[in-house]
Amino acid sequence: MIEGILVEGLIFAIMALGILISYRILDMADLTCDGSVATGAAVATMCIVNGLGITVGLVMSFLVGVLCGLVTATIHNKLKLPVLLAGILTMTMLYSVNLRILGNKANVSLVRVDTLYRLFPSWFPFASSDVASLLGTLLFVVAVTVLMDLFFRSDMGMAIGAMGGNEQVIISQGMNPATLKLIGLGLSNGFIALSGGLLAQYQGFADANLGQGMVVQGLAAVMIGEFLFSSNRISLITLRCIFGAIIYKGLMFLGRKYGYLIGITPNDFKLLTGILVIISLTIAKTRSMASDKGARKKAIERTMRNMKEEGNA
Amino acid sequence: MLDIQHVTKVFFPGTVNEKVALENINLRVDDGDVVCVIGSNGSGKSTLFNMIAGTFPVTSGKILLNGTDITAAPEYRRAFHIGRIFQDPTKGTSANMSIEDNMNLAYTKGMKGIRFGLTAERRKEFRRLLEPIGLENRMQDNVGLLSGGQRQALTLLMTTLSHPSLMLLDEHTAALDPRNAEIVMDLTKRYIEDGQLTAMMVTHNMQFAIDYGNRLIMMDEGHIILDIKGEEKQKLTVQALVDKFREIKKEDFTSDEGLLTR
Repeated sequence: MIEGILVEGLIFAIMALGILISYRILDMADLTCDGSVATGAAVATMCIVNGLGITVGLVMSFLVGVLCGLVTATIHNKLKLPVLLAGILTMTMLYSVNLRILGNKANVSLVRVDTLYRLFPSWFPFASSDVASLLGTLLFVVAVTVLMDLFFRSDMGMAIGAMGGNEQVIISQGMNPATLKLIGLGLSNGFIALSGGLLAQYQGFADANLGQGMVVQGLAAVMIGEFLFSSNRISLITLRCIFGAIIYKGLMFLGRKYGYLIGITPNDFKLLTGILVIISLTIAKTRSMASDKGARKKAIERTMRNMKEEGNA
Repeated sequence: MLDIQHVTKVFFPGTVNEKVALENINLRVDDGDVVCVIGSNGSGKSTLFNMIAGTFPVTSGKILLNGTDITAAPEYRRAFHIGRIFQDPTKGTSANMSIEDNMNLAYTKGMKGIRFGLTAERRKEFRRLLEPIGLENRMQDNVGLLSGGQRQALTLLMTTLSHPSLMLLDEHTAALDPRNAEIVMDLTKRYIEDGQLTAMMVTHNMQFAIDYGNRLIMMDEGHIILDIKGEEKQKLTVQALVDKFREIKKEDFTSDEGLLTR
Protein backbone atom coordinates (compact mmCIF):
# COMPACT_ATOMS: atom_id res chain seq x y z
CA MET A 1 0.00 0.00 0.00
CA ILE A 2 2.71 2.45 1.01
CA GLU A 3 4.70 1.20 -1.99
CA GLY A 4 1.72 2.02 -4.19
CA ILE A 5 1.60 5.61 -2.96
CA LEU A 6 5.34 5.98 -3.48
CA VAL A 7 5.21 4.57 -7.00
CA GLU A 8 2.30 6.82 -7.89
CA GLY A 9 4.11 9.75 -6.30
CA LEU A 10 7.32 9.04 -8.20
CA ILE A 11 5.57 8.74 -11.56
CA PHE A 12 3.70 11.93 -10.75
CA ALA A 13 7.05 13.51 -9.77
CA ILE A 14 8.32 13.31 -13.35
CA MET A 15 5.29 15.33 -14.42
CA ALA A 16 5.84 17.75 -11.56
CA LEU A 17 9.43 18.22 -12.82
CA GLY A 18 8.00 19.19 -16.19
CA ILE A 19 5.68 21.68 -14.50
CA LEU A 20 8.67 22.95 -12.50
CA ILE A 21 10.49 23.70 -15.75
CA SER A 22 7.65 25.68 -17.29
CA TYR A 23 6.26 27.46 -14.22
CA ARG A 24 9.32 28.03 -12.12
CA ILE A 25 12.40 27.90 -14.32
CA LEU A 26 10.90 29.48 -17.45
CA ASP A 27 8.25 31.44 -15.56
CA MET A 28 5.71 30.54 -18.26
CA ALA A 29 2.19 29.45 -17.34
CA ASP A 30 1.95 26.55 -19.79
CA LEU A 31 -1.31 24.58 -19.81
CA THR A 32 -0.23 22.15 -22.55
CA CYS A 33 0.35 19.65 -19.76
CA ASP A 34 -3.32 18.63 -19.53
CA GLY A 35 -3.06 17.43 -23.11
CA SER A 36 0.51 16.20 -23.33
CA VAL A 37 0.33 13.87 -20.32
CA ALA A 38 -2.53 12.00 -22.00
CA THR A 39 -0.67 12.08 -25.31
CA GLY A 40 2.32 10.47 -23.63
CA ALA A 41 0.09 7.77 -22.16
CA ALA A 42 -1.64 7.17 -25.49
CA VAL A 43 1.59 6.97 -27.48
CA ALA A 44 3.28 4.60 -25.05
CA THR A 45 0.20 2.40 -24.88
CA MET A 46 -0.27 2.17 -28.64
CA CYS A 47 3.45 1.44 -29.15
CA ILE A 48 3.34 -1.36 -26.61
CA VAL A 49 0.01 -2.78 -27.78
CA ASN A 50 1.29 -2.83 -31.34
CA GLY A 51 4.41 -4.72 -30.32
CA LEU A 52 7.02 -1.98 -30.65
CA GLY A 53 8.20 -2.59 -27.13
CA ILE A 54 8.47 -0.67 -23.90
CA THR A 55 11.65 1.25 -24.69
CA VAL A 56 10.34 2.50 -28.01
CA GLY A 57 7.07 3.37 -26.29
CA LEU A 58 8.73 5.51 -23.64
CA VAL A 59 11.14 7.19 -26.05
CA MET A 60 8.26 7.94 -28.40
CA SER A 61 6.10 9.35 -25.62
CA PHE A 62 8.96 11.66 -24.62
CA LEU A 63 9.53 12.80 -28.21
CA VAL A 64 5.84 13.36 -28.90
CA GLY A 65 5.67 15.33 -25.66
CA VAL A 66 8.56 17.49 -26.87
CA LEU A 67 6.61 18.05 -30.08
CA CYS A 68 3.55 19.21 -28.08
CA GLY A 69 5.73 21.71 -26.23
CA LEU A 70 7.22 22.92 -29.51
CA VAL A 71 3.72 23.55 -30.88
CA THR A 72 2.80 25.70 -27.87
CA ALA A 73 6.11 27.57 -27.98
CA THR A 74 5.78 28.20 -31.72
CA ILE A 75 2.25 29.57 -31.35
CA HIS A 76 3.52 31.80 -28.56
CA ASN A 77 6.64 32.92 -30.45
CA LYS A 78 5.17 33.46 -33.89
CA LEU A 79 1.72 34.82 -33.08
CA LYS A 80 2.90 36.67 -29.94
CA LEU A 81 0.01 35.05 -28.12
CA PRO A 82 0.27 34.84 -24.31
CA VAL A 83 1.68 31.44 -23.44
CA LEU A 84 -1.43 30.73 -21.36
CA LEU A 85 -3.64 30.94 -24.42
CA ALA A 86 -1.14 29.08 -26.62
CA GLY A 87 -1.13 26.26 -24.08
CA ILE A 88 -4.92 26.11 -23.94
CA LEU A 89 -5.05 25.92 -27.73
CA THR A 90 -2.57 23.05 -27.89
CA MET A 91 -4.25 21.28 -25.00
CA THR A 92 -7.66 21.47 -26.66
CA MET A 93 -6.31 20.29 -30.00
CA LEU A 94 -4.47 17.45 -28.29
CA TYR A 95 -7.71 16.04 -26.93
CA SER A 96 -8.79 15.15 -30.46
CA VAL A 97 -5.30 14.02 -31.39
CA ASN A 98 -5.22 11.72 -28.38
CA LEU A 99 -8.50 10.10 -29.40
CA ARG A 100 -7.01 9.56 -32.86
CA ILE A 101 -3.87 8.00 -31.40
CA LEU A 102 -6.02 5.68 -29.31
CA GLY A 103 -7.85 4.64 -32.48
CA ASN A 104 -10.98 6.70 -31.76
CA LYS A 105 -11.51 5.02 -28.42
CA ALA A 106 -11.70 6.81 -25.09
CA ASN A 107 -9.41 4.24 -23.50
CA VAL A 108 -7.15 1.38 -24.45
CA SER A 109 -6.04 -1.16 -21.92
CA LEU A 110 -2.68 -2.88 -21.69
CA VAL A 111 -3.83 -6.41 -20.95
CA ARG A 112 -1.82 -9.44 -22.01
CA VAL A 113 1.21 -7.40 -23.06
CA ASP A 114 4.52 -6.79 -21.33
CA THR A 115 4.70 -3.46 -19.58
CA LEU A 116 7.48 -2.01 -17.46
CA TYR A 117 5.55 -2.92 -14.33
CA ARG A 118 5.26 -6.56 -15.37
CA LEU A 119 9.01 -6.62 -16.06
CA PHE A 120 10.21 -5.01 -12.83
CA PRO A 121 9.65 -8.16 -10.69
CA SER A 122 12.08 -10.04 -12.94
CA TRP A 123 14.67 -7.28 -12.51
CA PHE A 124 14.49 -7.51 -8.75
CA PRO A 125 13.74 -11.17 -8.06
CA PHE A 126 14.66 -10.79 -4.39
CA ALA A 127 11.78 -8.40 -3.72
CA SER A 128 8.02 -8.69 -3.75
CA SER A 129 6.32 -7.33 -6.84
CA ASP A 130 5.25 -4.11 -5.07
CA VAL A 131 8.77 -3.40 -3.85
CA ALA A 132 10.17 -4.28 -7.27
CA SER A 133 7.83 -1.73 -8.88
CA LEU A 134 8.99 0.86 -6.38
CA LEU A 135 12.67 0.13 -6.96
CA GLY A 136 12.26 0.21 -10.73
CA THR A 137 10.34 3.49 -10.67
CA LEU A 138 12.84 4.99 -8.25
CA LEU A 139 15.70 4.04 -10.56
CA PHE A 140 13.88 5.62 -13.48
CA VAL A 141 13.11 8.84 -11.59
CA VAL A 142 16.67 9.15 -10.30
CA ALA A 143 18.04 8.78 -13.83
CA VAL A 144 15.62 11.39 -15.21
CA THR A 145 16.36 13.81 -12.35
CA VAL A 146 20.13 13.49 -12.69
CA LEU A 147 19.88 14.20 -16.41
CA MET A 148 17.67 17.21 -15.74
CA ASP A 149 20.03 18.54 -13.05
CA LEU A 150 22.98 18.18 -15.40
CA PHE A 151 21.15 19.93 -18.20
CA PHE A 152 20.19 22.90 -16.06
CA ARG A 153 23.73 23.25 -14.79
CA SER A 154 25.09 23.39 -18.33
CA ASP A 155 25.55 26.73 -20.07
CA MET A 156 22.38 26.25 -22.10
CA GLY A 157 20.36 25.27 -19.04
CA MET A 158 21.70 28.29 -17.17
CA ALA A 159 20.64 30.53 -20.03
CA ILE A 160 17.11 29.09 -19.87
CA GLY A 161 17.05 29.75 -16.14
CA ALA A 162 18.30 33.29 -16.65
CA MET A 163 15.58 33.94 -19.21
CA GLY A 164 12.92 33.01 -16.68
CA GLY A 165 14.21 35.76 -14.43
CA ASN A 166 14.95 38.38 -17.05
CA GLU A 167 14.45 38.07 -20.79
CA GLN A 168 16.46 41.20 -21.58
CA VAL A 169 19.64 39.61 -20.22
CA ILE A 170 19.32 36.83 -22.78
CA ILE A 171 18.81 39.30 -25.62
CA SER A 172 21.76 41.38 -24.42
CA GLN A 173 23.95 38.29 -24.47
CA GLY A 174 23.11 37.62 -28.10
CA MET A 175 20.67 34.76 -27.63
CA ASN A 176 17.26 34.44 -29.21
CA PRO A 177 14.72 34.01 -26.40
CA ALA A 178 12.33 32.30 -28.83
CA THR A 179 14.82 29.44 -29.30
CA LEU A 180 15.29 29.02 -25.57
CA LYS A 181 11.53 28.95 -25.07
CA LEU A 182 11.25 26.20 -27.68
CA ILE A 183 13.87 24.15 -25.88
CA GLY A 184 12.40 24.83 -22.44
CA LEU A 185 8.77 24.09 -23.25
CA GLY A 186 9.81 21.10 -25.36
CA LEU A 187 11.73 19.60 -22.47
CA SER A 188 8.96 20.40 -20.01
CA ASN A 189 6.30 18.63 -22.06
CA GLY A 190 8.69 15.80 -22.88
CA PHE A 191 8.93 15.04 -19.16
CA ILE A 192 5.18 15.39 -18.73
CA ALA A 193 4.45 12.98 -21.57
CA LEU A 194 7.08 10.56 -20.28
CA SER A 195 5.28 10.58 -16.96
CA GLY A 196 2.05 9.84 -18.83
CA GLY A 197 3.77 6.93 -20.58
CA LEU A 198 4.80 5.45 -17.24
CA LEU A 199 1.41 6.08 -15.68
CA ALA A 200 -0.39 4.21 -18.46
CA GLN A 201 1.81 1.19 -17.86
CA TYR A 202 1.36 1.38 -14.11
CA GLN A 203 -2.41 1.62 -14.15
CA GLY A 204 -2.66 -0.69 -17.17
CA PHE A 205 -4.56 1.56 -19.55
CA ALA A 206 -4.44 4.89 -21.35
CA ASP A 207 -7.37 7.25 -21.13
CA ALA A 208 -8.13 10.31 -23.22
CA ASN A 209 -9.33 12.13 -20.09
CA LEU A 210 -6.19 11.30 -18.14
CA GLY A 211 -4.86 14.83 -18.28
CA GLN A 212 -7.79 16.67 -16.79
CA GLY A 213 -6.64 18.97 -14.01
CA MET A 214 -3.06 17.71 -14.13
CA VAL A 215 -1.53 21.19 -14.32
CA VAL A 216 -3.06 22.23 -11.03
CA GLN A 217 -2.06 18.97 -9.39
CA GLY A 218 1.51 19.37 -10.62
CA LEU A 219 1.56 22.94 -9.44
CA ALA A 220 0.37 21.80 -6.01
CA ALA A 221 3.26 19.31 -5.90
CA VAL A 222 5.78 22.01 -6.87
CA MET A 223 4.45 24.31 -4.18
CA ILE A 224 4.36 21.68 -1.45
CA GLY A 225 7.98 21.02 -2.36
CA GLU A 226 8.84 24.68 -1.96
CA PHE A 227 7.64 24.59 1.64
CA LEU A 228 10.07 21.86 2.54
CA PHE A 229 13.24 23.91 2.17
CA SER A 230 14.46 26.87 0.15
CA SER A 231 17.47 26.68 -2.12
CA ASN A 232 18.76 28.08 -5.38
CA ARG A 233 20.59 24.88 -6.33
CA ILE A 234 18.90 22.98 -9.11
CA SER A 235 19.61 19.56 -7.59
CA LEU A 236 17.80 20.54 -4.39
CA ILE A 237 15.00 22.25 -6.28
CA THR A 238 14.29 19.06 -8.25
CA LEU A 239 14.63 16.95 -5.11
CA ARG A 240 12.08 18.97 -3.19
CA CYS A 241 9.78 18.85 -6.19
CA ILE A 242 9.90 15.03 -6.09
CA PHE A 243 9.16 15.07 -2.37
CA GLY A 244 6.31 17.46 -3.01
CA ALA A 245 4.80 15.10 -5.58
CA ILE A 246 4.99 12.14 -3.19
CA ILE A 247 3.46 14.16 -0.35
CA TYR A 248 0.66 15.31 -2.65
CA LYS A 249 -0.15 11.71 -3.61
CA GLY A 250 0.01 10.78 0.07
CA LEU A 251 -2.48 13.51 0.95
CA MET A 252 -4.79 12.34 -1.82
CA PHE A 253 -4.54 8.80 -0.54
CA LEU A 254 -5.48 9.94 2.95
CA GLY A 255 -8.35 11.88 1.46
CA ARG A 256 -9.62 8.79 -0.35
CA LYS A 257 -9.19 6.52 2.64
CA TYR A 258 -10.32 8.68 5.53
CA GLY A 259 -12.08 11.50 3.74
CA TYR A 260 -15.49 9.89 4.24
CA LEU A 261 -15.12 10.54 7.98
CA ILE A 262 -15.51 14.26 7.30
CA GLY A 263 -17.74 13.80 4.28
CA ILE A 264 -15.10 14.23 1.54
CA THR A 265 -15.46 12.14 -1.62
CA PRO A 266 -13.03 11.86 -4.55
CA ASN A 267 -15.39 14.26 -6.35
CA ASP A 268 -14.09 17.02 -4.09
CA PHE A 269 -10.42 16.47 -4.89
CA LYS A 270 -10.17 19.05 -7.65
CA LEU A 271 -11.67 21.67 -5.38
CA LEU A 272 -9.37 20.68 -2.56
CA THR A 273 -6.29 20.71 -4.81
CA GLY A 274 -7.19 24.19 -5.99
CA ILE A 275 -7.62 25.37 -2.42
CA LEU A 276 -4.28 23.77 -1.55
CA VAL A 277 -2.58 25.76 -4.31
CA ILE A 278 -4.27 28.98 -3.18
CA ILE A 279 -3.24 28.42 0.43
CA SER A 280 0.32 27.63 -0.68
CA LEU A 281 0.49 30.82 -2.70
CA THR A 282 -0.89 32.86 0.19
CA ILE A 283 1.60 31.46 2.65
CA ALA A 284 4.46 31.90 0.16
CA LYS A 285 3.45 35.51 -0.36
CA THR A 286 3.31 36.37 3.35
CA ARG A 287 6.59 34.55 3.79
CA SER A 288 8.39 36.50 1.10
CA MET A 289 6.89 39.73 2.41
CA ALA A 290 8.19 38.89 5.87
CA SER A 291 11.66 38.08 4.55
CA ASP A 292 11.66 41.29 2.49
CA LYS A 293 10.80 43.20 5.64
CA GLY A 294 13.58 41.40 7.50
CA ALA A 295 16.09 42.17 4.77
CA ARG A 296 15.07 45.82 4.69
CA LYS A 297 15.40 46.08 8.46
CA LYS A 298 18.85 44.52 8.31
CA ALA A 299 19.92 46.89 5.55
CA ILE A 300 18.78 49.91 7.54
CA GLU A 301 20.60 48.67 10.63
CA ARG A 302 23.76 48.14 8.61
CA THR A 303 23.59 51.62 7.13
CA MET A 304 23.01 53.16 10.54
CA ARG A 305 25.98 51.26 11.92
CA ASN A 306 28.20 52.36 9.04
CA MET A 307 27.14 55.95 9.51
CA LYS A 308 27.92 55.74 13.21
CA GLU A 309 31.33 54.26 12.47
CA GLU A 310 32.03 56.96 9.93
CA GLY A 311 30.96 59.54 12.49
CA ASN A 312 33.32 58.08 15.05
CA ALA A 313 36.25 57.95 12.65
CA MET B 1 32.00 52.63 -37.13
CA LEU B 2 28.38 53.50 -36.57
CA ASP B 3 26.66 55.22 -39.43
CA ILE B 4 23.06 56.34 -39.07
CA GLN B 5 21.55 57.47 -42.37
CA HIS B 6 18.27 59.36 -42.64
CA VAL B 7 16.64 57.50 -39.78
CA THR B 8 13.05 58.41 -39.04
CA LYS B 9 10.85 56.82 -36.44
CA VAL B 10 7.13 57.45 -36.26
CA PHE B 11 5.09 55.88 -33.48
CA PHE B 12 1.45 54.93 -34.17
CA PRO B 13 1.53 56.19 -37.76
CA GLY B 14 -1.85 57.09 -39.22
CA THR B 15 -3.61 57.39 -35.89
CA VAL B 16 -4.52 60.39 -33.77
CA ASN B 17 -1.63 59.42 -31.49
CA GLU B 18 0.91 59.67 -34.30
CA LYS B 19 4.21 60.90 -32.98
CA VAL B 20 7.40 61.59 -34.87
CA ALA B 21 10.07 60.58 -32.38
CA LEU B 22 13.03 60.90 -34.73
CA GLU B 23 13.12 62.86 -37.96
CA ASN B 24 15.79 62.27 -40.58
CA ILE B 25 18.64 61.66 -38.20
CA ASN B 26 22.13 61.48 -39.70
CA LEU B 27 25.03 60.60 -37.45
CA ARG B 28 28.48 59.11 -37.87
CA VAL B 29 30.33 57.83 -34.85
CA ASP B 30 34.01 57.05 -35.37
CA ASP B 31 36.09 54.36 -33.71
CA GLY B 32 37.07 55.35 -30.21
CA ASP B 33 34.56 58.17 -29.97
CA VAL B 34 32.82 58.74 -26.67
CA VAL B 35 29.64 60.62 -27.43
CA CYS B 36 27.53 62.21 -24.71
CA VAL B 37 23.89 62.65 -25.67
CA ILE B 38 21.83 65.24 -23.86
CA GLY B 39 18.35 66.61 -24.31
CA SER B 40 15.16 67.06 -22.35
CA ASN B 41 12.58 64.33 -21.84
CA GLY B 42 10.88 63.33 -25.05
CA SER B 43 13.63 64.71 -27.25
CA GLY B 44 14.31 61.31 -28.84
CA LYS B 45 17.44 60.16 -27.03
CA SER B 46 15.99 56.87 -25.88
CA THR B 47 14.29 56.28 -29.23
CA LEU B 48 17.64 56.80 -30.93
CA PHE B 49 19.20 54.21 -28.64
CA ASN B 50 16.31 51.83 -29.22
CA MET B 51 16.82 52.19 -32.97
CA ILE B 52 20.55 51.50 -32.72
CA ALA B 53 20.07 48.53 -30.39
CA GLY B 54 17.17 47.18 -32.44
CA THR B 55 14.43 47.18 -29.80
CA PHE B 56 11.99 48.59 -32.37
CA PRO B 57 12.38 48.72 -36.15
CA VAL B 58 13.02 52.07 -37.84
CA THR B 59 10.26 53.61 -39.96
CA SER B 60 12.74 54.60 -42.64
CA GLY B 61 16.47 55.03 -43.04
CA LYS B 62 19.50 52.82 -42.57
CA ILE B 63 21.84 51.92 -39.75
CA LEU B 64 25.32 50.59 -40.51
CA LEU B 65 27.73 49.16 -37.99
CA ASN B 66 31.31 48.55 -39.09
CA GLY B 67 30.12 48.80 -42.67
CA THR B 68 27.38 46.16 -42.33
CA ASP B 69 23.75 47.12 -42.72
CA ILE B 70 22.08 46.13 -39.45
CA THR B 71 18.77 47.91 -40.05
CA ALA B 72 16.82 44.64 -40.27
CA ALA B 73 18.85 42.60 -37.76
CA PRO B 74 16.98 41.58 -34.60
CA GLU B 75 18.10 42.94 -31.25
CA TYR B 76 19.77 39.73 -30.08
CA ARG B 77 21.86 39.60 -33.27
CA ARG B 78 23.05 43.17 -32.84
CA ALA B 79 23.91 42.40 -29.23
CA PHE B 80 26.96 40.54 -30.51
CA HIS B 81 28.48 43.93 -31.32
CA ILE B 82 26.48 46.35 -29.23
CA GLY B 83 26.54 46.32 -25.45
CA ARG B 84 23.71 48.23 -23.86
CA ILE B 85 23.26 49.23 -20.25
CA PHE B 86 19.87 50.43 -19.06
CA GLN B 87 18.84 52.92 -16.45
CA ASP B 88 17.15 50.12 -14.51
CA PRO B 89 19.92 48.17 -12.71
CA THR B 90 17.78 45.00 -12.68
CA LYS B 91 17.70 44.74 -16.47
CA GLY B 92 21.28 43.73 -17.07
CA THR B 93 21.59 40.75 -14.75
CA SER B 94 19.52 37.74 -13.75
CA ALA B 95 18.48 38.14 -10.12
CA ASN B 96 17.86 34.48 -9.33
CA MET B 97 21.33 33.37 -10.40
CA SER B 98 24.71 33.70 -8.73
CA ILE B 99 27.27 36.30 -9.74
CA GLU B 100 29.58 33.72 -11.29
CA ASP B 101 26.75 32.20 -13.32
CA ASN B 102 25.82 35.64 -14.61
CA MET B 103 29.44 36.26 -15.54
CA ASN B 104 29.59 32.91 -17.27
CA LEU B 105 26.49 33.81 -19.27
CA ALA B 106 28.19 36.97 -20.50
CA TYR B 107 31.55 35.35 -21.16
CA THR B 108 30.62 34.22 -24.65
CA LYS B 109 27.93 35.84 -26.73
CA GLY B 110 25.35 33.82 -28.57
CA MET B 111 23.59 30.51 -28.09
CA LYS B 112 24.98 28.31 -25.37
CA GLY B 113 25.64 24.61 -25.82
CA ILE B 114 25.23 21.79 -23.33
CA ARG B 115 28.67 22.38 -21.89
CA PHE B 116 29.94 23.24 -18.45
CA GLY B 117 31.72 26.49 -19.15
CA LEU B 118 32.27 27.49 -15.56
CA THR B 119 35.66 25.88 -14.98
CA ALA B 120 38.04 26.54 -12.10
CA GLU B 121 40.20 28.51 -14.50
CA ARG B 122 37.32 30.71 -15.55
CA ARG B 123 36.32 31.21 -11.92
CA LYS B 124 39.82 32.47 -11.20
CA GLU B 125 39.56 34.93 -14.06
CA PHE B 126 36.14 36.12 -12.83
CA ARG B 127 37.54 36.61 -9.35
CA ARG B 128 40.29 38.82 -10.75
CA LEU B 129 37.80 40.80 -12.82
CA LEU B 130 35.41 41.22 -9.90
CA GLU B 131 38.10 42.59 -7.58
CA PRO B 132 37.82 46.23 -8.74
CA ILE B 133 34.11 46.25 -7.92
CA GLY B 134 34.61 44.49 -4.60
CA LEU B 135 32.51 41.42 -5.36
CA GLU B 136 35.31 38.85 -5.59
CA ASN B 137 34.24 37.13 -2.37
CA ARG B 138 30.54 36.97 -3.19
CA MET B 139 30.70 34.99 -6.40
CA GLN B 140 28.23 32.35 -5.19
CA ASP B 141 25.70 34.92 -3.93
CA ASN B 142 22.55 35.53 -5.89
CA VAL B 143 22.63 38.78 -7.83
CA GLY B 144 19.26 39.69 -6.31
CA LEU B 145 21.07 40.28 -3.01
CA LEU B 146 23.24 43.06 -4.45
CA SER B 147 22.51 46.77 -4.21
CA GLY B 148 21.56 48.76 -7.30
CA GLY B 149 25.06 50.21 -7.58
CA GLN B 150 26.69 46.81 -7.30
CA ARG B 151 24.32 45.36 -9.88
CA GLN B 152 25.03 48.17 -12.31
CA ALA B 153 28.77 47.74 -11.78
CA LEU B 154 28.37 44.02 -12.46
CA THR B 155 26.32 44.76 -15.59
CA LEU B 156 29.08 47.07 -16.77
CA LEU B 157 31.68 44.39 -16.19
CA MET B 158 29.56 41.76 -17.97
CA THR B 159 29.00 44.05 -20.93
CA THR B 160 32.67 44.88 -21.37
CA LEU B 161 33.63 41.21 -20.99
CA SER B 162 32.83 40.54 -24.63
CA HIS B 163 34.49 43.71 -25.99
CA PRO B 164 31.51 45.15 -27.86
CA SER B 165 32.20 47.44 -30.83
CA LEU B 166 29.79 49.96 -29.39
CA MET B 167 28.58 50.61 -25.86
CA LEU B 168 25.19 52.23 -25.35
CA LEU B 169 24.85 53.71 -21.88
CA ASP B 170 21.26 54.74 -21.35
CA GLU B 171 21.37 57.01 -18.27
CA HIS B 172 22.93 54.09 -16.51
CA THR B 173 23.62 55.99 -13.31
CA ALA B 174 20.30 57.83 -13.07
CA ALA B 175 18.69 55.31 -10.72
CA LEU B 176 21.61 55.33 -8.29
CA ASP B 177 22.37 57.54 -5.31
CA PRO B 178 25.08 60.19 -5.90
CA ARG B 179 27.88 58.18 -4.32
CA ASN B 180 27.12 55.00 -6.20
CA ALA B 181 26.53 56.98 -9.39
CA GLU B 182 30.04 58.38 -9.05
CA ILE B 183 31.55 54.94 -8.45
CA VAL B 184 29.76 53.47 -11.47
CA MET B 185 30.76 56.48 -13.58
CA ASP B 186 34.41 56.10 -12.59
CA LEU B 187 34.22 52.43 -13.50
CA THR B 188 32.62 53.33 -16.82
CA LYS B 189 35.48 55.69 -17.64
CA ARG B 190 38.02 53.08 -16.70
CA TYR B 191 36.47 50.26 -18.70
CA ILE B 192 36.04 52.46 -21.75
CA GLU B 193 39.61 53.74 -21.55
CA ASP B 194 41.15 50.34 -20.81
CA GLY B 195 39.19 48.59 -23.52
CA GLN B 196 39.44 51.54 -25.94
CA LEU B 197 35.73 51.17 -26.52
CA THR B 198 33.43 53.33 -28.58
CA ALA B 199 30.53 54.55 -26.51
CA MET B 200 27.39 56.64 -26.63
CA MET B 201 26.02 57.84 -23.33
CA VAL B 202 22.75 59.50 -22.50
CA THR B 203 23.02 61.74 -19.48
CA HIS B 204 20.99 64.46 -17.84
CA ASN B 205 24.04 65.89 -16.19
CA MET B 206 25.30 68.74 -18.40
CA GLN B 207 28.49 69.20 -16.44
CA PHE B 208 29.33 65.59 -16.91
CA ALA B 209 28.52 65.69 -20.59
CA ILE B 210 30.94 68.59 -20.92
CA ASP B 211 33.74 67.06 -18.85
CA TYR B 212 33.60 63.66 -20.37
CA GLY B 213 33.92 62.27 -23.86
CA ASN B 214 35.19 63.84 -27.03
CA ARG B 215 31.85 64.69 -28.55
CA LEU B 216 28.54 66.09 -27.40
CA ILE B 217 25.19 65.81 -29.09
CA MET B 218 22.10 67.67 -28.04
CA MET B 219 18.73 66.42 -29.15
CA ASP B 220 15.45 68.24 -29.27
CA GLU B 221 12.09 67.16 -30.67
CA GLY B 222 13.53 64.31 -32.69
CA HIS B 223 16.43 66.28 -34.20
CA ILE B 224 20.10 66.55 -33.43
CA ILE B 225 20.33 70.29 -32.82
CA LEU B 226 23.92 70.46 -31.63
CA ASP B 227 26.97 68.39 -32.45
CA ILE B 228 30.12 69.62 -30.76
CA LYS B 229 33.44 67.83 -31.07
CA GLY B 230 37.19 68.19 -30.83
CA GLU B 231 38.65 71.40 -29.52
CA GLU B 232 35.32 73.15 -29.37
CA LYS B 233 34.07 70.45 -27.02
CA GLN B 234 37.07 70.93 -24.73
CA LYS B 235 36.40 74.63 -24.33
CA LEU B 236 32.69 74.16 -23.70
CA THR B 237 31.06 75.42 -20.52
CA VAL B 238 27.57 74.87 -19.17
CA GLN B 239 26.72 78.53 -19.77
CA ALA B 240 27.95 78.36 -23.37
CA LEU B 241 25.85 75.25 -23.90
CA VAL B 242 22.74 76.89 -22.46
CA ASP B 243 23.35 79.97 -24.58
CA LYS B 244 23.71 77.86 -27.69
CA PHE B 245 20.54 76.00 -26.94
CA ARG B 246 18.69 79.26 -26.35
CA GLU B 247 20.03 80.68 -29.58
CA ILE B 248 18.77 77.68 -31.53
CA LYS B 249 15.42 77.58 -29.87
CA LYS B 250 15.17 81.40 -29.98
CA GLU B 251 12.68 81.33 -27.19
CA ASP B 252 12.59 81.75 -23.49
CA PHE B 253 13.30 78.37 -22.10
CA THR B 254 13.32 78.84 -18.38
CA SER B 255 11.06 75.82 -18.14
CA ASP B 256 13.35 73.64 -20.20
CA GLU B 257 16.39 74.74 -18.30
CA GLY B 258 14.90 73.25 -15.18
CA LEU B 259 14.88 69.85 -16.83
CA LEU B 260 18.61 69.76 -17.33
CA THR B 261 20.64 69.60 -14.19
CA ARG B 262 23.93 71.36 -14.20
